[in-house]
Amino acid sequence: MSRFNRDVFIAIVLLLLCGAFLTASFYVREVDYGILTPAAWPQIILVALTILSMIYLVQSLRQGAPPGGATPVSIKGVLEKYRNPLWCYALFLLFLLTLDYLGMLIGGVLFVFCLLTAIGGASKRNLITHALIAVIMIGAMWALFTYALGVIFPQGEIFTTL
Amino acid sequence: MLIDNVVAAFHELFVLETIFLMMVGVVAGLIAGGVPGFTIAMAVVLTLPFTFGMDAVQGLAVMMGVFVGGLSGGLMSGILTGIPGTPSSVATTFDGFPMARAGRPGLALGLGVWSSFFGGIISAILLVTLAPQLARIGLEFQQWDYFALVLFALTITASLAGENLVKGLIAGALGLLIATVGEDEINGVARFHFGNEALKQGFGFLPVLIGLFAFSQLLSDLEDRVKARRSLSEGGGVAVRIEHRKAAMTVLKHWVNLVRSSLIGVFTGILPAAGSSISNILAYDQAKKASKEPETFGTGCVDGIIAPESANNATAGGALITMMALGIPGDIVTAVMLGALLIHDIIPSPTFITETPVLAYSLFLAFFLANFMMLALQSYTLRLFVLITRVRMYVLASIILAYCAIGVFALSNIAFDIWTLFWFGVLGYLMRIFGFPLAPMILGVVLGRIAEQWLARALARSDDLTYFVTSPWSLFFLTLAAFSVFFPKYQAERGKRKWTLFYPAIFTMSLSVPAFMMGGPVRIVLGILLIALGVRSLIKHNANGWRVDPAAGNAPRLREG
Repeated sequence: MSRFNRDVFIAIVLLLLCGAFLTASFYVREVDYGILTPAAWPQIILVALTILSMIYLVQSLRQGAPPGGATPVSIKGVLEKYRNPLWCYALFLLFLLTLDYLGMLIGGVLFVFCLLTAIGGASKRNLITHALIAVIMIGAMWALFTYALGVIFPQGEIFTTL
Repeated sequence: MLIDNVVAAFHELFVLETIFLMMVGVVAGLIAGGVPGFTIAMAVVLTLPFTFGMDAVQGLAVMMGVFVGGLSGGLMSGILTGIPGTPSSVATTFDGFPMARAGRPGLALGLGVWSSFFGGIISAILLVTLAPQLARIGLEFQQWDYFALVLFALTITASLAGENLVKGLIAGALGLLIATVGEDEINGVARFHFGNEALKQGFGFLPVLIGLFAFSQLLSDLEDRVKARRSLSEGGGVAVRIEHRKAAMTVLKHWVNLVRSSLIGVFTGILPAAGSSISNILAYDQAKKASKEPETFGTGCVDGIIAPESANNATAGGALITMMALGIPGDIVTAVMLGALLIHDIIPSPTFITETPVLAYSLFLAFFLANFMMLALQSYTLRLFVLITRVRMYVLASIILAYCAIGVFALSNIAFDIWTLFWFGVLGYLMRIFGFPLAPMILGVVLGRIAEQWLARALARSDDLTYFVTSPWSLFFLTLAAFSVFFPKYQAERGKRKWTLFYPAIFTMSLSVPAFMMGGPVRIVLGILLIALGVRSLIKHNANGWRVDPAAGNAPRLREG
């Protein structure tokens, strides 16, 4: 996606966001006291944000395509370029979705182990090192928060079903 | 009164547990500052979950330790590997690395450490003397003045944030919008929850901050697949002995550069949003200009290490002056500290020092103490740093990502906070990719609720909006805000376009109006001086025939990196 397309696209997304929030602001419950109503301040911000987004849109349209035209970008190229961050997000999402079932300790260890292996490679030596790092580091942090700071983490249904 | 406060603060701070935790904080800061990719702000943000269970003095003292440690930590990697640990120590590498490569790494490190220490102490002295004075001025502020002050802080952050001012302002406005989600603090009405029960409480301040800043930063560090698998020591990090005595004597011999750079640091810090990443470059630039041998800069020059290192540590004092005296964050780190104060139900404002003197003086003392701790611990931390540099970047980042989740959950014991961390991590990363600065957004999140409260209070007192321009301080801040919006354009076109010749004159003359409105002999004299400055600038340009050079190059631009 060229810079031209990208900036215009972002500006349009911002304008849509402003539209959605402005609409929602009219459904905020009114109160019959105070001069600044609950919706007033967000509406001031949204008006400013809408104006700024429109300026951004105009700027982006005026800027035009970069010299030499738009560089074609394939999905494969994007996946290749952002491989590591995408792994992080995917695994973090998985960690969050399974948090209730696996709990913080097991989920955290698995998250770190999988992420280390996804980014660092899955050779035999790496697998052992990654497993040790995940268990020691997450175990230590979990123990510190649980026993020293008194935090009660999700235990995980897996323990109750076992 | 002053003595009583200092004694009370001394008793609060000098508790064995607090001192120990502060030392841990300084070491953590030194390490975090030393590892490229991990910023000081990230270290302070990640310290927050630990401080949540502490009292305000202890929590903020620990954060102060991390802050001061982080500012000094960057010099270790900058000097030993040539890669600055943080943007605050970019200029340190210009001469620190050549000196280390020329066989004097111990002296280079020593110069960095002692310059940091003296810079920190000079700024601590200014903090103690200036903050209460500035706070006294702040006591004159009315509700509309506070609102205008917040507005100014946001516009200047946006204008210093990068080349695209509109993107900076959009980021700031988005931050303000995020702060409106959930129950409003004035009427208790839930906003923008879209039927989601969890959203009715709004986003937790810390998950948003950690997601936007730390989470997205870690992903940026991992983006390059080759660098992600590399360890820092592959750049050549080795353990050395710091030459303390020789370095301390050398720094003191170059006291003019030390004091000048420290003052640059303090005053850069006082300016909202202009942090140590600016001050170290500015101080280096000034040291080079003032030097009799400017050609030696970049080859391992002593002044080239003293200037950036004293300036970046001194910036902390400046940022704290603004935070403690006016309740406005001087940079992202003080924005986080401001958030920490809010967690402890302390509303930062000009009354902060007078209403909570023990806490305020504890912070002053903690800042002094943290500088001494940094000096004492740097040699030991250097060994630890060398060990950590052997760890690959992806290992460090993965562990910290998991820690982010654990730390965020620990704040309120709700899984929704981890979801907030995740979504704001995505948002922060996308903003980095699309060139939106994060600093204005973070300040928007921090200042949003404060701005709304002051606006509500101002309107509750009178619905006459003209107070915003008839109140001198409000007019003063609104004038600053208006000019700060055009500042990036002025910087880019200075000397090239005719309008830039008028900008400084109109700016100073405009500021004279609120000065005259305030009354009192000092401020009237100040107003006259401002007008005289403007007239002088106009006369100078008139004598030059209003000449501009469209092809002229520009001096280094003032911007937050």
